[in-house]
Amino acid sequence: MVDAPFLSVKNLTKYFAPTAFSRGPVVRALEDISFDVARGQVVGLVGESGSGKTTIGRSVLRLIEPTSGQINYGGTDITKLGAAQLRRQRRKMQYIFQDPFASLSPRMTIGQILTEGLDIQVIGKKSERRAKAEKALAAVDLPVDAYDRYAHEFSGGQRQRIGIARALTLEPEFIVADEPVSALDVSIQAQIINLLRDLQLRLGLTMLFISHDLAVVEYICDTVIVLYLGRIMEVAPAAELYARPQHPYTRALLSAIPSLDPLARQGRQVLKGDIPSPANPPSGCVFRTRCPFALAACAGAVPPLRATAKGNLKACIRDDIA
Amino acid sequence: MAITAPDPTVDPTAVPKTKGPLRRAFDRFFENRAARAGLLIVIPILLAVSTYPLWWPFGPNAIDLRAMNKAPSAIHWLGSDGVGRDVMARLLQGGRISLLVAICSVAISTVIGFLVGAVASFGGRLVDGAVMRLVDLAMTLPPVIFLLVLASIAGTGIAPTILVISLLSWPVLSRMVRARLLELRERDFVVAARGMGAGLPHLLFRHGLPNCIDILVVYATLQIANAILLEAGLSFLGLGIAPPEASWGNMLNLARSTVVLENYPWQWMFPGAALVLTVLAINFIGDGLRDAFDPRSDLN
Repeated sequence: MVDAPFLSVKNLTKYFAPTAFSRGPVVRALEDISFDVARGQVVGLVGESGSGKTTIGRSVLRLIEPTSGQINYGGTDITKLGAAQLRRQRRKMQYIFQDPFASLSPRMTIGQILTEGLDIQVIGKKSERRAKAEKALAAVDLPVDAYDRYAHEFSGGQRQRIGIARALTLEPEFIVADEPVSALDVSIQAQIINLLRDLQLRLGLTMLFISHDLAVVEYICDTVIVLYLGRIMEVAPAAELYARPQHPYTRALLSAIPSLDPLARQGRQVLKGDIPSPANPPSGCVFRTRCPFALAACAGAVPPLRATAKGNLKACIRDDIA
Repeated sequence: MAITAPDPTVDPTAVPKTKGPLRRAFDRFFENRAARAGLLIVIPILLAVSTYPLWWPFGPNAIDLRAMNKAPSAIHWLGSDGVGRDVMARLLQGGRISLLVAICSVAISTVIGFLVGAVASFGGRLVDGAVMRLVDLAMTLPPVIFLLVLASIAGTGIAPTILVISLLSWPVLSRMVRARLLELRERDFVVAARGMGAGLPHLLFRHGLPNCIDILVVYATLQIANAILLEAGLSFLGLGIAPPEASWGNMLNLARSTVVLENYPWQWMFPGAALVLTVLAINFIGDGLRDAFDPRSDLN
């Protein structure tokens, strides 16, 4: 299977249904998500809050059980793995969390946090685990004496480095980075982004990079997937997407980036209203309620994700917007 | 993994080394005056109770026929009871039994409470629902009647008393543990552990237990005081520790006739005082531990 992509997500769907003891509507968090990630690529997931970015990231690592769909990873569908196989699989894929204050246990030393994965996976002897953890600390530019300290002794940026080091100790090939910089100061954000970029290139990592910061995504990602209300709106290489957004939603997102150029500011397209509830999404195209180019036909069928002239993908029935 | 050495000119962690969360909790505990007083009372009691055969000449069931219902004197410091047994010896032996029953039953009920709470919170919705309804049921039973029924089934003696008390007191703990673990389950560092392949035992004992330790310690301490009282109550009613074995409860029971109450106050005053003092001191310690483990107390 030479041509099989590294990671292939097919028709991924996640509904959050009410429990037996509570009432409420079914929340359609993800609807029919399909995309491929090639080895060594960084794929960005962008979209507003509630668009399903984190749900995709966690489903891909099976931290959330998807309602339906396939997640093919290196030729195996990980949604069908049993507990023991999944546990072996987890060595290869790791998660970096958004909030560096919640992602490290306050009751464990950094050493315990970093060797936890090796412990769980029963890799190496105690001294080897320590060596690996210290190697990971060095990789994220933290001093080795951090090993015996507690997480509360570190700043947000340092904690995020520890979170990255934890993901690295298992030597994974695939990392899901869930808004790894959005909880940090702007000056620290650049450091962490450069660190991630550097590690990704050096270790040949494949990455799913979740963010709502479009500038960061442009810098680090090869391909960008634009999400809205649990559906894919557009998929394109980063440079292409930023230069010539094809989907009206992508255009609105890009024009929301603050600009220093007053002329660019005038042409700004501001979306009205809020993202609709995923418990009661609009018929047809989910974006039509806020789309400045919406037609009557948009309320009909769900627009399929189809190839544009350039060979990228977009879910919009209008070809005249570009 | 190819890794470069860190730049020696940059020291990104100029952080002073500070103590771990447990250590800080204990520091706070020792700053609490009431808690220190509690320790000062409890530790001598524990020492006296555990070593008394080495330094006290009388046994708890040894009968001195020349000293029946005698007031405290140089020989019998705390007097003697109606059959000539030394009250001091019985008091110390009674403390031994009472504390043994309390500590064992609390240990058992803490384990039950933690495991039930853990199963409920990590076992999924169905298990959670079923287990918690069971806990609700156990909590709605009137405790005194439940205790009496259990005790009359289990009988008297040390082991049945421990069993009865431990079966009564776990539901409250399991609720607290469940609430804590439900919250913990969604925390990022627990999700991270799951993402690294952690199974239930790892999650429970590496993350669940350390993050419940404050609840467990505080519960156990306060429950020891409670268990001493329950044991005394049961023994007083004749269902706990059966005579001639001494316990603070059955010493009080033996002394409850009006004649004894009026004429031989040393037979009920000393076990009563020991009971009150111990329970009070343990409650001080428990309160101190609760405050010490409260994360907000760092702010004061």
